[in-house]
Amino acid sequence: MKNQLLAALVLCVGPTLVAAEDVAPGDVAFSDGAVLASLTGAVGDAVAGRAAFINRKQGNCLACHANAEIPEQSFHGEVGPPLDFVAERWTAEELRGIVSNAKMMFPDTIMPAFYNGLEPNRSLKKFAGKTVLSAQQVEDIVAYLQTLSE
Amino acid sequence: MKLQNAIAAAAILSFAGTMSFAQDDNELSVDGQLISTEADAPAHMENVGTVYSGWRFRSEDTQAMQMDDFDNSGFVFVDDGLSLMASVDGSEGKSCASCHENVEDFAGLKAKLPRVNDSGELETMEELVNTCRTERMGAEPWKYSGSQMTAVTAVIGLQSRGMPIDVAIDGPAASFWERGQELYYARVGQLDLSCANCHEDNYGTMIRADHLSQGQINGFPTYRLKNAKLNGVHNRFSGCMKNVRAEPYADGSDEFKALELYLASRGTGLSVETPSVRN
Ligand code: HEC
Ligand code: HEC
Ligand code: HEC
Repeated sequence: MKNQLLAALVLCVGPTLVAAEDVAPGDVAFSDGAVLASLTGAVGDAVAGRAAFINRKQGNCLACHANAEIPEQSFHGEVGPPLDFVAERWTAEELRGIVSNAKMMFPDTIMPAFYNGLEPNRSLKKFAGKTVLSAQQVEDIVAYLQTLSE
Repeated sequence: MKLQNAIAAAAILSFAGTMSFAQDDNELSVDGQLISTEADAPAHMENVGTVYSGWRFRSEDTQAMQMDDFDNSGFVFVDDGLSLMASVDGSEGKSCASCHENVEDFAGLKAKLPRVNDSGELETMEELVNTCRTERMGAEPWKYSGSQMTAVTAVIGLQSRGMPIDVAIDGPAASFWERGQELYYARVGQLDLSCANCHEDNYGTMIRADHLSQGQINGFPTYRLKNAKLNGVHNRFSGCMKNVRAEPYADGSDEFKALELYLASRGTGLSVETPSVRN
């Protein structure tokens, strides 16, 4: 009981706060790897998405992906494909699916799931029960990725 | 479309100046002694043909530090280790040197560890040292990855420098080895990654500013530029687990000992490089 209370408290103050209207991490519906509906019910903010994409404690996408649209950051990773013109290759719905849980699009991929309800093995306590990104941050990043077109 | 890709590739190359695609071809020699940094992968490694020392993935500046013992800051700690081994400690009034007169007698030991002892337990170098301290010297055990332990295990490991890693993985070692293999491929942490995701599937690529190696352990304890001290092998495992936001196992735990045996076997044929230099 005490633990439940504590967990509830932690969830409230956590960075990945689930707003009432958000789709809960465990309820995200995938179809062929894509997620059709916005996780927040609204369109994301591409400027905030660019920041979350770069932020090492949030998307940290540059760890694995190069992105020519962000030349001011040095050291872009090579583990995944470069994301230049990614909006030419994938629809917004597919990008939302890839960012929420890339394993639904690319089985066994190294790319982490940023918004899903599965509790991984041995999560550090401060991250247990939390998603890497909030629904809002996922939508913001999806909005940003959509700007990466010709 | 092809042109577009070529332009994108050119754009990427122009700002990622440190982009590199695999291990380099440099040769490691220390004061004239050639140390082999690659070997044919052992038969049990199904997905890798050649094993490479982490040295092959480091920058030329970092590599150079390991090629001359005067430039290798790990030797500051080797000197500390030698003094610790000469110091009397514990109720029996003995130092390591009272019984182990010549450190050279430890030649070959590092290449065979961890190993299963007569009681059927998997034992590491750190445990052998602490057994002497508690049972033969009447002294307190040293902290598993603490500075005294890394200094003394560096002295002992150095005696095997250049010798090929050759741990037993069959017979009584088999169950420990299998447990280690399981841990190597287990996805853990909030980021849900296994050691293999980075060190087997993606070695040779850049993960942000880090050039991914095979995560070999032939150079431990390792002097790291990042923290300017020697680092024990379990401590490194722990760091990698925390990076994927996983709760690490304890230094000296059964899990890390099994993982150490498994990783040592993945480096079969690589030379001991103790104390290696890494970033
Ligand atoms: C640990 C490495 C890693 C991280 C971190 C990572 N990705 Fe990926 N990503 C990959 C890999 C590898 C692929 C290729 C898919 C596969 O595994 O086959 C990929 C594929 C993609 C694709 C499809 C690209 C294409 O051109 O087909 C998109 C879009 C993408 N990632 C976006 C992101 C975003 C946005 C982030 C940050 C929120 C991110 N990734 C973080 C490794 C990563
Ligand atoms: C009282 C004598 C004594 C002292 C003091 C002592 N040892 Fe030992 N040590 C032994 C004996 C006996 C063995 C077992 C020898 C064997 O099995 O070949 C041993 C074994 C070892 C081994 C394993 C060697 C091998 O080849 O299996 C290591 C490593 C070791 N000692 C390190 C140390 C260190 C480091 C210290 C000081 C912190 C120390 N010892 C202090 C007597 C001692
Ligand atoms: C997200 C990627 C990633 C994962 C997963 C990962 N590591 Fe690492 N590891 C690194 C990076 C980056 C380095 C530093 C550069 C290098 O040597 O690869 C490193 C370094 C190491 C080293 C030092 C190599 C040397 O030459 O000194 C060892 C040993 C190691 N890792 C073991 C492990 C083990 C064991 C696991 C699983 C518990 C693991 N790593 C999981 C990224 C990772």
